[in-house]
Formats: sequence, C-alpha cells, structure tokens
Amino acid sequence: MIPGQKNPTNMEEFLEGIWKQNPVFVMVLGMCPTLAVTVSAMNAVSMGLATTFVLVASCLLISLMRNIIPKEVRIATYILIIATFVTVVDYLIQAISLAVYDALGAFIQLIVVNCIILGRAEAHASKTPPVKAVINAVGMGLGFTIGLLALGGVREIFGAGKLFGFSLFGPDFQPWVVMVLPPGGFFVLGAWLLLFNWIDSRKAVKSPLPLGEG
Amino acid sequence: MSESLSSIFVGTLLANNFVLAMFLGLCPFLGVSARLNTALPMGAATTFVMVVASLCAFALNWLVTQFHMEFLRLISYIVIIASAVQLVEMFLKKNSPTLFRALGIYLPLITTNCAVLGVALFQTAREYNFLQALTFATAGGAGFTLALLLMAGLRERLNFSTVPKVVQGTALSLMLAGLLSLAFMGFAGLGAGE
Repeated sequence: MIPGQKNPTNMEEFLEGIWKQNPVFVMVLGMCPTLAVTVSAMNAVSMGLATTFVLVASCLLISLMRNIIPKEVRIATYILIIATFVTVVDYLIQAISLAVYDALGAFIQLIVVNCIILGRAEAHASKTPPVKAVINAVGMGLGFTIGLLALGGVREIFGAGKLFGFSLFGPDFQPWVVMVLPPGGFFVLGAWLLLFNWIDSRKAVKSPLPLGEG
Repeated sequence: MSESLSSIFVGTLLANNFVLAMFLGLCPFLGVSARLNTALPMGAATTFVMVVASLCAFALNWLVTQFHMEFLRLISYIVIIASAVQLVEMFLKKNSPTLFRALGIYLPLITTNCAVLGVALFQTAREYNFLQALTFATAGGAGFTLALLLMAGLRERLNFSTVPKVVQGTALSLMLAGLLSLAFMGFAGLGAGE
C-alpha cells in the first residue's frame, strides 16, 4: 500500500497491482515461476491464471479470518491456507488439461512458495475487509499474468517464431533458440526492466517530480 | 529409476543447476548475493534445510502413500520445511548472532525458497529411493551455494566499475545471471537428465 494514502478507492486498489506495484516488473517478486514457465505465451497465461486463482481465494479467506488468527502463528496459518488452494488448483488443472499440467509440471505446486501470495496475505489481506482485499488480489493477479505474458510472448516469438502456437514468420524463420533456454529468461526479464528504467529516467528528466512523490 | 548416484550428483550440481537452469531459489540468489562473506553461510544454511527437508519429505511421502492421502502431500511438505527453517534459525541465533543479523529477513524466507520445496517435489516426481534423494538434495544445495558464490564474486568486482545509471540494480543482476546461465549450458548432457 502507498503510505500516506488512508483510504484508496476500489479502482486504485485494482490498478495498484497492474501498474504501480506490478509484481513482476516493479517489485520483482515471484521470479522462479516467472522465468521457468514462460517459454511460451500459452504456458504464461495458464500459470498466471492459476496463480491469480490461488491469490484471490487465499486473500478472501485470510481477510475473512483476519480477526481470529492469532498473531504468533499467522505466517504458518497463511501458508497452510495457500497450500490448500494450491492443491485444489493442482487437481483442477490436471482435470481440465493434461497437456498444460505436463508443461507446467512441479511449478504448479511451487505456487505455494510464490512470494507474491504470502506477501499480499501479510501486507494487505490481513488488514483489509474482504471486498477490498479481493479487488486488490485480482489486480495483483492480473498484473502478474500480464508480466508473465510479456515475458512468454517475447520468448515464444523470438525462440520459436510463434505466438500462442500460431506461426508468425513462415517456414523460413530461423529460431533464436537461446530465448527458450534458461539464459533467455534472464535476458528477456533484464531487458524489460532496462526498458522500464529507461522510461522512468526519461520521465524524471522531463518533469522532475516534487518531493514526496514517486 | 536406475540413475547412478554420481550421475545424479553431477547432473544436479552442474547441468541442471537449481538456480541457473531450473530457476529455483531466485529470490535469495538475487537478494543475498551482493557480498561473498554472506553468500557462503546462506548457501550452507539452505543446503542444510534442503537435506533435512528431503529426508523428512521422503518419510512423509511413504506415510502419505501408505494411507492413500496424496492430497495432503504438499501441505505436509510445507509444514516440515517451515519447522526445519525454524530449527536453523534458533541454532544460528544462539551460536552466531552476527551471522544471524547479516542474513536478516532472508533466513526465515528460506521457508519460501522454491529450491527447498523443489527438492521435495522433484524427488517425489522422479521416484528416487532414499540414497538417491539424499544425493539429490546435497547436490542441489551445493549447486545453489556454487551459483550464489559465483554471483557474489561477480557483483563484488562490479562494485569497482562504473555502470550507467539506467542499468544499475536488478536489471544488471539479471543480465549477469543470464551470462552465468549461458556458461552453465556448456555442462548440458553431463550426468542425469530431466
């Protein structure tokens, strides 16, 4: 949450995760699934949606129970709640699409240790009434999905010449294989961060922000 | 599964390095790799938790399968890991308060280190036996420590060079990690595969 802002409106809660506090590009949280599964846009979207579901469901439950969870064992309780929903998602994906399940592999279960979810639970859902917590969680989840898509899209276009499985450049395209290999993940995310840094520094030069903002 | 122990060890340490090839445990990798003298203890602590977690996960998996309650597997793993981390934390706090302070928030965060849960999950998925699981966990931890040390060394050297302001921070660390990962690709084919 932004300090100094007592009561953010619902819209602000929603937009916080998508732009101002985007989990992938601004906070650089939840890196492991971000880099590991984004070899294609399809994987990225599935992973993003699965994480969003867990995030929203656990934030709702934690927000509802925020007054009855003892302070000393709160982290353990949060992790148990999150692990429960991840198990649900794990079985759900297995039932809906075995292909996606195989592609994501152990990384679905690794959603449990995604710092974004625990971070949101501790920093936001445990202090906010259910409606706002859910709105914020949906925004965060979408922001995460967009981040994953930005990575997965770029890596799939360069590394395979496709987007969502459709060929873009015709049969003569020579794939840039390193993009779908592990180093590509680091490079593409680094490049996105560079781009945002550059945009920020340009903005700062054009209109110096008054103190206390940004 | 009939992989030999040495092939598991080499494969997990180099070819499928947890950090650089499988993207596990990136948060501490980017977080505590700024200095060499904190990188080594952090790696050692994580390795210890990994081995303990792997042993417990092996026992738990047997128990859970025995009672046909596979849906409880993930939840029980995470509880075991959290307890193991608590143990390490108490031990360090008592025996080495300086180190305890240096590691700071990253120590309790070992609980949410994907590498630790990753060891437990992958050893279950690959159906390793007891010795294989133990080797896998040790090699995983050693690989994590190795990556952490390499990165810390690079970043210490980097402090002495002038870097454009735009590139500073996480973006640069990620590029470095990418280069390291590229170098580790050279080990591909060594030891046990996926």
